[in-house]
Amino acid sequence: MTETRTERFQQVALPHLNAAYNLARWLTRSDHDAEDIVQEAYLRAFKFFDGFHGDDARGWLLAIVRNTTYTWMQQNREHLLNTPFEEEFHSLEDNESASAPNQMDSNPESILARHDDRRLLDRALEQLPVEFREVLVLRELEDLSYKEIANIASIPIGTVMSRLARGRKLLGQCLRRIEKESSDGLQRNSGTAAGLRRP
Amino acid sequence: MDCKETLELLPAYADHELGLPEAIEIDKHVQDCPACRDEITGQKALRAALRRHATYFIAPSHLEHRLKAVLALKTERKSSPARRAWHWFGQSNWLNPAAALASVIAVAWSASLYLALPSAGDVLAEEVVAGHVRSLMANHIADVISTDQHTVKPWFNGKLDFSPTVTDFAAQGFPLVGGRLDYLDHRPVAALVYRHAQHPINIYIWPATAGQEAPPRTLTRQGYHLAHWIEGGMVYWAVSDVDPHELQHLVAILQTESRPHSGSPSDPKPAS
Repeated sequence: MTETRTERFQQVALPHLNAAYNLARWLTRSDHDAEDIVQEAYLRAFKFFDGFHGDDARGWLLAIVRNTTYTWMQQNREHLLNTPFEEEFHSLEDNESASAPNQMDSNPESILARHDDRRLLDRALEQLPVEFREVLVLRELEDLSYKEIANIASIPIGTVMSRLARGRKLLGQCLRRIEKESSDGLQRNSGTAAGLRRP
Repeated sequence: MDCKETLELLPAYADHELGLPEAIEIDKHVQDCPACRDEITGQKALRAALRRHATYFIAPSHLEHRLKAVLALKTERKSSPARRAWHWFGQSNWLNPAAALASVIAVAWSASLYLALPSAGDVLAEEVVAGHVRSLMANHIADVISTDQHTVKPWFNGKLDFSPTVTDFAAQGFPLVGGRLDYLDHRPVAALVYRHAQHPINIYIWPATAGQEAPPRTLTRQGYHLAHWIEGGMVYWAVSDVDPHELQHLVAILQTESRPHSGSPSDPKPAS
């Protein structure tokens, strides 16, 4: 009887292994940490499997993965939970308020098109505070509804909506900042090179 | 609908999460409001960028193997008592309905007991940890406090129906602190208290069932390290928060000590 319970658990839970890993990976930003967390989350899910009666196995599992991740990060990587980027973002927002948010060259697609960096968007998303990164990953990569996200993250639907909106704004700013930094860096580099050539 | 309301509902609009009446209202509003239109375009652009360019991390294949192995391990540990129950179930007399019913009830009852309760060893380990923790509370680690083995050993006389070997291992880094009576496995037992650095170590000793022998086995419960072995007719449990290697070191010392013909007192004395 326990064997069929394990089999049943595997049938329910293993198909969502990628979703579980993807969420843990985006929250921790580390392959290794994500693997450990997913394993812990699956064992926890197995323990509470008798309490699972719904048909939304992915949501049930992702909620456990999320909770396991936060507990784990509080214990092992507390600094990651208090991402210090908020303030920078605020100042960035003020600076940009003059320019239209939707100019041709500040459009994310055109930024990405201008750069040959496949990971540019990943890098921008990684820099977001975790509560925004989380809803964006669940919404855009898992394609979950507001209600499903609200259940997984234990937040009201209104909060899902406002975090998504703010998360997208921050992501856009972050992309523009990365682009600005890299072009500044290029200019600085060429400046130094010119300076060296002069004498 | 004005700009304020529109901006509030706009993310849900971009996500197609808005009810039809509200969506129509927003449609109407943005026709005449370029600012809100830009806002929607911006949100939609970032949605598209994320969907198209963000990495979806695929679990490495070894993770699935690892999970299956760990789950199998969990199941094996839990199911062995249940399998025993099933075995019995298979042998029961199916021809007699009353006996079958009785055995069904008995199996269900015993299986529930088996499954609800951890194994006897687990229960004992919990008891040992509880005893250790209790001994650290309220300063009651030892009833007889002495670093002198010749004071501690006689103290047990008349309190126990056996006489534990008591040796001070100060020279090896484990000074004897004292002794105490405790109650484990449904019987009074001797508790010897040692110290290593600032860590108290409890050694529980009581007579084993005849013929029982077991090599040292280590385990961890609630952050405490335990070692358990049966040797020379005595059951030993060592428990401490000390480094597990140090605990194993003490176990090795105790094992050497308890073996006949190895301790110095029984060494053959030079003929006089």
